[in-house]
Amino acid sequence: MIEPFGSLVAPFVEFGFMRRALAGCLALSVSAPPVGVFLTLRRMSLMSDAMSHAILPGAAAGFLVAGLSLPAMTLGGLVAGLAVALLAGAVTRTTVVREDANLAAFYLISLAGGVLLVSLRGSQIDLMHFLFGSVLALDDAALWLLGGISTLTLVALAVIYRPLVMECVDPLFLRTVSRSGGPVHLAFLALVVVNLVGGFQALGTLLAVGLMLLPAVAARFWARDLGGLIPVSIVIAALSSVSGLSLSYRFDLPSGPAIVLAAGALYLASMLAGPRDGLLRRLVRSRHLAA
Amino acid sequence: MSAGLRRPDPIRLVGLTLGYDRHPAIHHLDGTVRAGDLLALVGPNGAGKSTLLKGMVGEIRCLDGRIERAGPIAYMPQADEIDRSFPLSVMDLAGMGLWRRDGAWRSLGRRRRLIEAALAAVGLDGFEARPIGTLSGGQFRRALFARLILQDCPVLLLDEPFTGIDARTVDDLLALLRTWHAEGRTVVAALHDLGQVRDHFPTTLLLAREPVAWGPTGRVLTPENLARARNLSEAWDDSAPICAGPHASGAPAHDHGGHGVDAHHHHEDAA
Repeated sequence: MIEPFGSLVAPFVEFGFMRRALAGCLALSVSAPPVGVFLTLRRMSLMSDAMSHAILPGAAAGFLVAGLSLPAMTLGGLVAGLAVALLAGAVTRTTVVREDANLAAFYLISLAGGVLLVSLRGSQIDLMHFLFGSVLALDDAALWLLGGISTLTLVALAVIYRPLVMECVDPLFLRTVSRSGGPVHLAFLALVVVNLVGGFQALGTLLAVGLMLLPAVAARFWARDLGGLIPVSIVIAALSSVSGLSLSYRFDLPSGPAIVLAAGALYLASMLAGPRDGLLRRLVRSRHLAA
Repeated sequence: MSAGLRRPDPIRLVGLTLGYDRHPAIHHLDGTVRAGDLLALVGPNGAGKSTLLKGMVGEIRCLDGRIERAGPIAYMPQADEIDRSFPLSVMDLAGMGLWRRDGAWRSLGRRRRLIEAALAAVGLDGFEARPIGTLSGGQFRRALFARLILQDCPVLLLDEPFTGIDARTVDDLLALLRTWHAEGRTVVAALHDLGQVRDHFPTTLLLAREPVAWGPTGRVLTPENLARARNLSEAWDDSAPICAGPHASGAPAHDHGGHGVDAHHHHEDAA
């Protein structure tokens, strides 16, 4: 039993950059999955995908101004993502077009702008950095950023938890008892953006969504209520981070995709073996209860 | 009842036009919901009952005229407007009724007894931990009524509260309405069952996009009024001209020459 455990731990014991990568990924594993749980429950899973693309032009603009500078690219990504989220939210609240359609419109504009910006000045290598991240090269600033995002997300979710749940279940009721519906919705969108920006540091824009959504979807096969879904999704994300990183080290794979593939494998395993509506559970039809 | 003793009218409608995309779903409605009213909203599909309730609660903006509200209003939507797939327990759903009192952060644990009492009052004792997705239509309705009880609001608007509910549940919930009425609360409910309205609701507003009659139920639900309500067009005319009626001045209801409707809104005092 010691040998596989040892090979799982060894790279983290041996190399500082692996420990940094692990710390960064674990920080993200604590904050992104709870946001993903709310996204899936609101049937907005694909919204995070759209948002991850919307971040690109901002990060690209930061890159054009300051080169491969973490603060500039993060700030740019935040501004672009929040702008798209707020614009889509505002347009949705004032017109009849639904939010998903508005998001699609704005993110396409944003993404096209981003690709244009990157290709104007950058090389292929820069583009790969945007898309697949650099989890094995996290410096102090990046770790602080990920830790800060994680802390902010958990505090913010605790503060808006009840109105956010009500906004999902019965937004009309929330509007009749409180004015918090609009601000809470926007705060939630901001959390999505902030976590995607954090994820884009570690995993790249394309895969940032993976750590947000896959654990959240997988958790649906293990838990029924929010009190179970959120912790389960965090555990699954943390497991994906650890196993993805050590696999990427062992077999010399790119670490971002390895982490998301690990999360994907855990999702498939949950779908098969999860106690709540997992496929195996369905095959073995359990006797029904008396009442 | 002398004017001096009367509580302020909770809802006043002044030249009210509500609708979607400039097409009126409610047209030039004047009237007052008085404190303590038990008012039934009756009319064919598309008559504007839900629209009026949503307007009263402030959910849709007035195209013309205004709604004057005094104090908080509790609103129960049609059941299909709530996402029942969300993993929320019956306890948590009903407990949200305490929002005005406890806000977004205070623990509901201290209110457990209160919430359990409200659930027991609607016959849902023992359902506290059940996810709302596992409830039947009638049980979910009861849970919404428990939330209303906890809201403890002087004015309650109910949109088709008894649709798709079995007779026993309806009887229980009607008893609850009578209790609220006896406590002096104002209750407005959109309903389809005319027998129910005649038996339990002293006042009725008969709507067919325009007010047909508003007053004591016996005088509103006459065969002539009902026939007229049925005949009013449900059509949505894209090329309709801009309405030439009075605009938001609180002017007395006018006669729409071409509509063939008696626009004197029969608003009689129920008392």
